[in-house]
Amino acid sequence: MPLPFLDDFRQGQHVRALLEQLAEHAATLERPARIMEVCGTHTMAISRHGIRQAIPESLALISGPGCPVCVTANADIDAFIEIALLPNVIATTFGDMLRVPGTRMGLAQARGQGARVQIVYSTLDALKLARENPDATVIFFGIGFETTAPTVAAALVEAHESNIDNFMVLSAHKVVPPALAALCATPGLAVDAFLCPGHVTAIIGPEAYRQVVDDFGIPCVIAGFEPADILQSLTMLIDQIAAGRSEVELQYSRGVRPEGNPTAMAMIDRVFEPCDAEWRGLGVIPGSGLAIREEFAAHDAARRFPVDVSYSREPAGCLCGAILTGIKSPRDCPLFSRGCTPDHPIGPCMVSSEGTCAAYFQYEI
Amino acid sequence: MSKQPDSRILLAHGSGGRLTHELIEQVFGKTLANPILDRMDDAATFDIEGRLAFTTDSHVVSPIFFPGGDIGRLSLTGTVNDLAMMGAKPLYISAGFIIEEGLPVADLETIVASMGDTAHEAGVQVVAGDTKVVERGAADGIFITTSGIGLIPPGVQISATGAMPGDAIIVSGAIGDHGATILSKREGMDFDVELQSDCAPLGGLVADMLAAAPGIHVLRDPTRGGVAATLNEIAASSEVDIEIEEERIPYRAEVRAVCELLGLDPMVLANEGKLVAFVAAEDAGQVLEAMKKNRYGSLATKIGRVRKIESSRPRVYARTVLGSRRILSMPTGEQLPRIC
Repeated sequence: MPLPFLDDFRQGQHVRALLEQLAEHAATLERPARIMEVCGTHTMAISRHGIRQAIPESLALISGPGCPVCVTANADIDAFIEIALLPNVIATTFGDMLRVPGTRMGLAQARGQGARVQIVYSTLDALKLARENPDATVIFFGIGFETTAPTVAAALVEAHESNIDNFMVLSAHKVVPPALAALCATPGLAVDAFLCPGHVTAIIGPEAYRQVVDDFGIPCVIAGFEPADILQSLTMLIDQIAAGRSEVELQYSRGVRPEGNPTAMAMIDRVFEPCDAEWRGLGVIPGSGLAIREEFAAHDAARRFPVDVSYSREPAGCLCGAILTGIKSPRDCPLFSRGCTPDHPIGPCMVSSEGTCAAYFQYEI
Repeated sequence: MSKQPDSRILLAHGSGGRLTHELIEQVFGKTLANPILDRMDDAATFDIEGRLAFTTDSHVVSPIFFPGGDIGRLSLTGTVNDLAMMGAKPLYISAGFIIEEGLPVADLETIVASMGDTAHEAGVQVVAGDTKVVERGAADGIFITTSGIGLIPPGVQISATGAMPGDAIIVSGAIGDHGATILSKREGMDFDVELQSDCAPLGGLVADMLAAAPGIHVLRDPTRGGVAATLNEIAASSEVDIEIEEERIPYRAEVRAVCELLGLDPMVLANEGKLVAFVAAEDAGQVLEAMKKNRYGSLATKIGRVRKIESSRPRVYARTVLGSRRILSMPTGEQLPRIC
């Protein structure tokens, strides 16, 4: 399974040529530009490949609410931990969530207190666990955007149709377009352009950014994740800014079709319905969450296990909220690299493999 | 013992009675035979003169059989390579087995045979051993702890504190093979890729390198935590900065593919048959040439150099394809796949 395309996109001379092109185009800007990436994978790629240091100083790259673990509100994390602590429950989640601190404790500590917590690599593994443990209730913590929601929906359909009654999902899924619109409407947000997520757009399609370009006049380019993709996308954004245009442009054409992925979107729509959702840093955004539909209520952990998390609050002194909206940078946080490190995280942005603080800590400190 | 195809290890195999003796004679004694072990005394006795290296390593890998090796080969190479990284010629090994009740005897035979083959290849003798059997669930199949003694040739002075500004940094081949192989075979992630662990004894490679340049400063096998952890440890021990060129680091396309899928960096994946060497710049050419002639060093590459410490603490930098410099930090916690 050789992957020659990765080498092509990272090959030094091509990438350096794109960097020179970017510098030439950036020189046409009348004033410095602030470009926000709204995908955690972009945040990591920018730090990992040293892109921030390589591009002209007139371009500032700031990170937005693109890390699914990070934007999950403490109330949702606390609810999952409360459920995990219930007797006869096997709590399943993706790896990053294990170390995220909740208000009272994180999942890792809950495991120390006897909770059965299991890391899975796909929702279907959680479903398999439910089949293998008919006497226990297997609960999957559904977080993430339109990229992960379809697979969780497929697992719910499978559980429903195969009568796997002991499989449930606690849905804290979120959708990107309403959050981007809310972000655009945030007072004090100084963003000249968005570097849009390639993977999410492969599902929702480029038209999902229509409101951002039409109503808010902010250019959008849908970008791939290799250094060459990001450099080319930045050049495309600069050209839009310089020309006073605001359009949806597609750089990641090898991964995104104009119509997105209607099958995946239909799967989301079959199982979930829009709901108001709380985002860390952005607050409650109408219609930005995915709740499990009535038809699948038997598999909805929120309905089956109502827990009281009125005690939930954000960690004291942690700037994750402001960092997720690009208002602050990790270096502005007094806890960054002092009280808060990947080994002893205080906020989720330091935990997740896509978190802004983790990216800065790992590659740029 | 393997006459019955479905026979399994029982608690009685560890009781010290008849079954224990049968196991020792027919599985361990046959395969690992050498004059010292054959005496079956309470302790191995032998004469060695000179400066010795002594180390121990426990092995709990899951799955116990993987492409390119098994826990038996791994348990030998782990200790042999730790000795070799001090410049020592590995000589004598002890092996302690903790076996979970129910392990198929045929599996144990395969594992011990693999240890025998690896010992032969590495030029070492397994001279002492012990076996315990624990109840089902108290271990995961089999755990093996090995210890080893090696002899350091006169004049060889290798230590993690020995890196000097100006030193060339060499890796012996493509990195991340073992870690990527194990990850791709873990439950729930059975990727269909042509990957093999690099699990191999490196005593011979080190001997060839020392013959080319006895003054090698640092050797280390980048096992857990990968090359990233090794470079950070050496920078800290030697109080130097390290700068590597990302474009020069050799990976297999398959390793890169697994890493891309899981969101991992090959630099943090474990290796079991690779080494990182720090040598004076003027010795680098000869050492590389010697390495390339050895089967375990044919892809040896210079990946960077040591620099004087620049800030308040030692750091490892990676020069990216863009020409900018980023931190290559100590890996944190367990490497877990990304979620979207």
